[in-house]
Amino acid sequence: MPARSKARTKSRSAPKRSAPRRPALTPTTKARKVFMVTGGVTKFAKAHPSMDFRLMVKRAYDYALKDIPNLTKDRIDGTRISYFSDHFSRQLKAASMVQDYLGMNPKGSVRIEWGGATGGECFQAAYEAVASGRMDVCLGAGYETMSRVATWKGNEFIALASDTNFDFPLGGFYTGYYALMVVRHIYEYIRRSKYAHVTDEREAQRLAIAEGARIMSLVSVKNHRNALHNPYAQYPKRLTVDDVLRSEMISYPLTREQICTMSDGAAVVVLCTEERAKEFTSKPVRVIGVGTGTDTMRLADRPFGQVPLMPKERASDYEDLQYPGIHSFRAGRAAGLEAYRMAGITDPNRELDFIELHDAYASSEIQTYEDLGLCKYGEGYDFTERGDPFLKGIDYGFEVPGAGAIPVNPSGGLIACGHPVGATGLMQGVFAFWQLQGTIAKHFGDRTLQIANARRGAIHSHAGTGSAVTVSILERGF
Amino acid sequence: MRPRPPTYDKFRDVQAELDKTGAAIFRDVDRVESLVIRYPYSITYIHSYAEDSPFFLGLAEGKLRGSKCRRPKCGFVYATPRSHCMVCGAPTEWIDLPTSGRVHSWTTCHFGSEAFLKETPYNLAMVEFDGVGSLLLVRLKDAVESDLYVGMPVEARFDPNPKYLVTDIWFVPKT
Repeated sequence: MPARSKARTKSRSAPKRSAPRRPALTPTTKARKVFMVTGGVTKFAKAHPSMDFRLMVKRAYDYALKDIPNLTKDRIDGTRISYFSDHFSRQLKAASMVQDYLGMNPKGSVRIEWGGATGGECFQAAYEAVASGRMDVCLGAGYETMSRVATWKGNEFIALASDTNFDFPLGGFYTGYYALMVVRHIYEYIRRSKYAHVTDEREAQRLAIAEGARIMSLVSVKNHRNALHNPYAQYPKRLTVDDVLRSEMISYPLTREQICTMSDGAAVVVLCTEERAKEFTSKPVRVIGVGTGTDTMRLADRPFGQVPLMPKERASDYEDLQYPGIHSFRAGRAAGLEAYRMAGITDPNRELDFIELHDAYASSEIQTYEDLGLCKYGEGYDFTERGDPFLKGIDYGFEVPGAGAIPVNPSGGLIACGHPVGATGLMQGVFAFWQLQGTIAKHFGDRTLQIANARRGAIHSHAGTGSAVTVSILERGF
Repeated sequence: MRPRPPTYDKFRDVQAELDKTGAAIFRDVDRVESLVIRYPYSITYIHSYAEDSPFFLGLAEGKLRGSKCRRPKCGFVYATPRSHCMVCGAPTEWIDLPTSGRVHSWTTCHFGSEAFLKETPYNLAMVEFDGVGSLLLVRLKDAVESDLYVGMPVEARFDPNPKYLVTDIWFVPKT
């Protein structure tokens, strides 16, 4: 038995210490209130050969400014600009060229990069610029142009964001890493429960994986289906569970329709103080919580310890669980806890109206339901099947009794919208902003995805294998 | 003087033209025309394994090395070595790892990044070892997708012609 398996056995008799809790943050002591007042997104596409990154950002920026005519360039104090990979750009210091193209010089700026969470970090960097008092109005802008290389070369660039000594040379393939994670997640949470009675180990695991793949497909159907009403989405479509399961196998058990694609796209947000917000719009949205978390770069190094608990959870819920291992995202739990604490949220399902969540893989959406405390660890598959993260009033082709409980990725998420890395987290910010303003119909030309009376939502951005995660919480400010 | 490159409405036709002549014009739905060129970019790195070097030198000698925290009260054992302990920060020492273990998780990759496409399908496995607190990511050979399961006993094989890459070791089902 390996050391941690011994611990697992022991833990059945010896109660664990509950995870240490940090004191509640008091965000209002020094930080200024921060509001989002506008945003813009380009349509995400496989390739935008007729726009380079500067022009894409400019288009999103012009859209954002047009939305609130009182905001003019001279009112913007500075910028935070994000893109993930210099390899994709083949242009170092590309953020300077964005700053330049927007005519922002000599205002202050800095480039933000944090893997897949680049956009989410940029959102929070803009938040910090305003909260700290350094700027009254800050533009957060992000982009990625991933079409300038072939898809499998692009996968290579992305995989360079894994340890190049120990991980990359094995195949250089992020989908492979997420497949490793979900195979273990299924082992922990389906094989050991639903198929506990099956004595043949291989047979039990096969059945559990088939069941997990079926439930992951529900997420793929949901996100592609929602996106049919989002004109910015790259791959809106109506799919069945069978379509998803029968699409090309990429890395077992993940199929093509369960995985986001590479994209070209840009997104911008404008954050500012309360005073400025009142000048710019009658419909501001306040950022009431920000959180970040990190974990080891290598999956192999993830600890086998204790779960940092959400308010509703008890240490006794997880006596047999070695956490996070490779099956859960400790960074996501840490980011969620910090953001909830700052926003004063103790019951996210009741206190949030929706979440735009980083679903680079259908598997990671389910894993993240658990990290964010929408359900306990181990309940993600049941939570999905119950339909809680689905939208009410949309025909998904199967029963979703819980629909509307806590809609996740009403926009279609990364799986259907695309994932131009440096823009993605900001895109979530813009979609969440429009939801909370109640202006989805205005910006999408279709009101289907508007969640009635949405008051509070979360955005969640996630970097390679969960090595960094951001969560930001937005609330209607009018 | 060079004649104007051919114009295409489909980007895939642009890509085909680039492979032939290195230049093409893409015309988008708004009739905007963009000149697109082929622009190769390659780099050879002088990559030092630095503090991880003994691991890779070990593989070339047919040895699998992990590391162990030197602080007796900690003593954390790493399958993927680190020269300083992640838990307590103390230096670690090199140890020999067992050459057999169990599959902690696995997948079969039917695609990979460009450099590895020709090797598909290949299996990846995270391997756990007795008495070791972290895992090792490896290729798993001599087994197909339907053979694999969590808990499967596996043992190490070493490349007789080492390349000083982590692929100098792989695992196979234990016989």
